[in-house]
Amino acid sequence: MGDQITKDPASFISHLELDQPDKTFLDSNELIINMGPQHPATHGVLRVILKLDGEKVLGTECVIGYLHRGVEKIAEHRTYTMFNPYVDRMDYVAAVSNGLGYCEAVEKLLNVQAPPRANYIRVILTELNRLASHQLWLGTHALDIGAMTPLFYTFRDREEILKIFEKYCGARLTTHAFRIGGCLYETYDGFEQDVKKFIDFLPPKIDEYEELLTTNRIWVERTKGVGKISASDCIALGVTGPVLRASGVKWDLRKAQPYAAYSDFDFDIPIGQSGDTYDRYLVRMEEMRQSLRIIRQAVERIPEGPIMAKVPKVMKPPVGEIYHSIEAPKGELGYFIVSDGSTQPYRIRVRPPSFVNLQALDLMVRGQLVADVIAVIGTLDIVLGEVDR
Amino acid sequence: MLDYITSYLSSNTTPGQAGNVFWALVYIMVVFGGVSVAVMAMNWLERKALAHFQIRLGPMRVGPHGLLQPIADAIKLLTKEDIVPSEADKFVFWLAPLIILCASFTVYIVVPFGPTHAITDLNIGILFMLGVSSLSVLGVVMAGWASNSHYPLIGALRSSAQMISYEVAMGMAVVSAILMTSLNADGTGTLSMIGIVQAQQAQHTWFIFKFFPLGFIAFGIFAIAMVAETNRAPFDLPEAESELTAGFHTEYSGLRWSLFMLGEYAAMIAVSSIAVTLWLGGWMRPFPNTLTGDTWDLVFSLIPGFLFLGLALIAFIGVARMPKHPYFRIQTIGLAGFGAVLGLIGLVLFAPPVRDRIQDIFWFCAKVAVFMYLYIWYRATFPRYRFDQLMRVGWKVLLPVSIGVLILTAIIGVLV
Amino acid sequence: MPEDTKSPTPPSGQPHAAAPAKPAAPATTPWDSPTVARLKSQYGSGVQESVTYLGQNYFVLDASFTAEALRILRDEEQFDYCVDITATHNPTREKQFELIWILYSYSRNERIRVKTNIADGESFPSSISIWPAANWLEREVFDMFGIKFDGHPDMKRILLPEGWKGHPLRKDYGIIQQDQEWVQINLGIESGQ
Repeated sequence: MGDQITKDPASFISHLELDQPDKTFLDSNELIINMGPQHPATHGVLRVILKLDGEKVLGTECVIGYLHRGVEKIAEHRTYTMFNPYVDRMDYVAAVSNGLGYCEAVEKLLNVQAPPRANYIRVILTELNRLASHQLWLGTHALDIGAMTPLFYTFRDREEILKIFEKYCGARLTTHAFRIGGCLYETYDGFEQDVKKFIDFLPPKIDEYEELLTTNRIWVERTKGVGKISASDCIALGVTGPVLRASGVKWDLRKAQPYAAYSDFDFDIPIGQSGDTYDRYLVRMEEMRQSLRIIRQAVERIPEGPIMAKVPKVMKPPVGEIYHSIEAPKGELGYFIVSDGSTQPYRIRVRPPSFVNLQALDLMVRGQLVADVIAVIGTLDIVLGEVDR
Repeated sequence: MLDYITSYLSSNTTPGQAGNVFWALVYIMVVFGGVSVAVMAMNWLERKALAHFQIRLGPMRVGPHGLLQPIADAIKLLTKEDIVPSEADKFVFWLAPLIILCASFTVYIVVPFGPTHAITDLNIGILFMLGVSSLSVLGVVMAGWASNSHYPLIGALRSSAQMISYEVAMGMAVVSAILMTSLNADGTGTLSMIGIVQAQQAQHTWFIFKFFPLGFIAFGIFAIAMVAETNRAPFDLPEAESELTAGFHTEYSGLRWSLFMLGEYAAMIAVSSIAVTLWLGGWMRPFPNTLTGDTWDLVFSLIPGFLFLGLALIAFIGVARMPKHPYFRIQTIGLAGFGAVLGLIGLVLFAPPVRDRIQDIFWFCAKVAVFMYLYIWYRATFPRYRFDQLMRVGWKVLLPVSIGVLILTAIIGVLV
Repeated sequence: MPEDTKSPTPPSGQPHAAAPAKPAAPATTPWDSPTVARLKSQYGSGVQESVTYLGQNYFVLDASFTAEALRILRDEEQFDYCVDITATHNPTREKQFELIWILYSYSRNERIRVKTNIADGESFPSSISIWPAANWLEREVFDMFGIKFDGHPDMKRILLPEGWKGHPLRKDYGIIQQDQEWVQINLGIESGQ
C-alpha cells in the first residue's frame, strides 16, 4: 500500500491500431477479434475488441456506452427525492446499495442523521443485497467458465432474498427501499423471523456452492493464475472492492470510514494473496459468510424508535458540495453532489466501481488466452448499468 | 428364395458370416432404427436429466413430461429455412455433415449385441471401429472450412486437434485390452469384437478387473478419452456458446445442424459400445463368475422384464400425479398409454423364449445406457477445460499413463 | 483565507411547532494541515482556498500549478488512489469549468478534493502519468464537458458514440437534446424523437 508507481503509466493502455487497413488473419499473425455487444458472456452490452496472436491476447479495448442513459444529466432536472428511484437503475443487481449511498450523501448535505433503527434496517437490507449480488455473480461466472449447475442453485437461493425485499418494499430488483432521512416503510410483521430463517438457510447452500467449485480440479485450473493483478497495479488503477482485496490490500470502506451503523458490528475482511481469479472467488465467498455474520448481529439488536428523521418536505440543501462513498458489492460507489441551494441538485456525479474496475481488464488479460478473457470479465463483476449510467 | 431366408435362421452366425445379404439388410435396418430411436431418447433424457440436476423440470408440455419433445424438435429443424452462407463452398458445405453421419453410423456394423447378434463380425472389428470413427474428424474440418468464416474455422481446427490428440490415448488403451485377449491357452488374441467378449468369457473375468488395477486404469483412460473424442463436456470448448468461437457448426441451421447432432450422439453411443465390449464384458450379465448357476441365471433373466414393469410403474405414478384439469386430459391419456406400452413390453419380456433371446441385447444396451447417463452427468457438473489445458491432459497425462499401462500389461501377461 | 462566494447563507428560522431547535447550519471553515502548509509554502497564493465543509476537506488551486500539485500530492503526501476526476460547469463564472479530483490516501485514511477552474476552450494536462486510473475518468470528462486533457494517449469519447456532436453535461445542452444528425445517419429515425 502506498508504493510508488514504478511502471510507466502508458503501459496500462494497449494500442490496437484499429485504424489500419484490415489485415486478414491469413496475412499476419495478429488477428483483431470483436466480442460484440451481444454476447452470452459479457453480462450486458459490452464490446471488447481483442488483438490476438493465435490464442494469446496482446491487447484489448473496451467499447462501452451502449447503456448510457444520461443519469447525471437527468439528476440536474429532478428534485432530490425524485432522483432517488433513478439510482437503483444504475447497478440494478445491487440496487439497495445504490440507494443507500445516495440517501446518505443527501442526508450529509442536509446535515441530518438517520435514526438508529433506520440505520440497522439499512444495514440488514444492504447486506442481504450484497449476498444477492454475490450469488448472481457466482452463478454467471461459473456459467461462463462452463459449469452450468451453480447458476440455478444460486438463483434459487437468491429468490429467498428477493422475497424478503418484495415483502418489505414491494419490489424485487429495483427496490427504492430507502428515503432521504431514513426508511419509509416500517419492517413488516415477521421480518425478523424471515431474516433469521434465511440466516440459517444460507450457510449450507454456500457450502454446497463451495463443494461444487472450490476443490474442483477443472475450476482451479481455469481460475488459478488467470487475470493476475498486483496490489500496486490495483491501487494505481483505482480498483476497489473484492478485486483489490484479493490482491492483498486489506481495505474496506465499512471499516475504514464506517457509515450507517457498520461500526456497531464485528466482522472480518477477507483478503487474498495472489490477486488471481481464484482468490477473487474465495474472497467473495468469504464475504458472503461475513455478510451473514453482520446480518445476524444486526437482526438481534435492532433498536426501537423512529425510522425517519425530520427532513423538510421541500428539500433545499444549503449551497455546498459533498462526496460520500460506500462499499457496494462491486467496490467503492461514490456520490459527489453539488448543491446550489435550490430543490434540484446542481450536479450529481456517480463514481461507479464497475467503470473504474473495467479499466483494469486490459492489464489483467494481456498475455493470457482468449478463454481467459471471459473468465476475467466475469470475475471483475461488472454491471453495465453502472459502467454506462 | 424362401430357403435363402430361412436357412439363415438355423445357422448360428451373424449374417455377415453367413453371407446372407437379406438378413444383413434386415439387421442393418433394425440397428439403424434402434440407434435413431436411441438418439432421440438420448436427446429427451439429456434435457430432462440436465434440468433435474439444475433443479428445474425440463420439457413438460410437449407430450406428457416432454416425451414428444424430440419429435417436435425434429419437425422444427426439418421445416427451418436452409441457410447457406453466400461465400461458402457449397459442395463441401453439403458434404461435411454427411461424412460425419456416415462415419458415425458405419461403425455399428461390428457392434456386438450378442454372440451372434451383430450385423457382421469382422476379424479386425475393433480396428475398423476406431478407424472409421476417426473419419469424422475430416467432416469437422470440412464443415469449418466450408463455412468461410473465421470463427467456425478456428473452432473446427481446435475440435479436430482435440479429437486427434485423444485418439492416440484411446488407441493405446484399446491395445492394452487387446493384449489381454491373447492370454488364453494358445496365446492368440483377436481383434474381432465378438472374439474379445468371448475371450472375457473364456478367461472368466471382465477385462476391467483383470490384473487389477491395470485394466481399471486402461478403462479409465478410455472413458476420459472418449468424452474428449466426442467433444462433450468437460471437453466441449470448441462448441460451447459462451466461448468466442461457437464451433464448427455455427453456420449450419435446420436439418444440417440436426445431422451434426445426430452424428455426435451416434458417436457417443458407438464409443460407449467399444468401452462396454472391451472392458465391461459386452453382452454378459453382471456377476457371471461369482453368481453362477441356473437360479442366478434365472434371476438375472427376469431383470429386463422387471425393469420395464418398473418404468411402467413410474409412468403410472406420473399419471396419478397429473393435474386433474381438462386441459391435461390428453397428456394423461398419453402418459397412461405410454405406461401401458412399457408394461406390455415388460410382460412380453417375461415369456421364456423371448427372455432367453433378449438377454444379451438387453445387458449390452443397459451398460451403454449407463455410459450415456454418465455423459449427461459430466455435462451438468464440470466446468469446461480451456483448450491448452485440454491438450495438456491429452498429451502429457493420458498418453504416458496409457503407454505405461500397456507396457505393464504386456509384462505381466508374459510373466503370468 | 478569503471566503469564497459560495459560503452558505444562514438558514432563516422556519416555524416548527414544538420541534427541537435546528442544529447550526453547516459552514465552511478554513482547513489547515501539513499538506496544506506544504502546498502553500510551494505555491503561495496559488492555493486560492483550503476549506472544510461538512467534515470534508478540499482546496482550490490555480490552474497553472495544479498539475504539479497533484504530482506532489501523490509522491510526497501518499495520495496514491485517485478516486474520481470530474467537472462542473458554471456558465455564470468567468472561468466556467471547475475540475475536481477526489484523492484518497490508504496509509492516512484521508480523503481530499482538489479543485481548479479553467475557462471554456482551455485544456488541462492529463493526470494519467500520475494515476493510470485517470484514463477513462478523463475520457468521460471530455465526453461530457468537452475539456481536453493534454498528454492523454487516447482522448476520445467513451460513453457517447464517436461522431456525436455536443457535450451533454454542459448547462447549455438541453435535457432532451440529441445530436439529430448522428441519430438520423446511424439509427434511421427521422423525427426528433
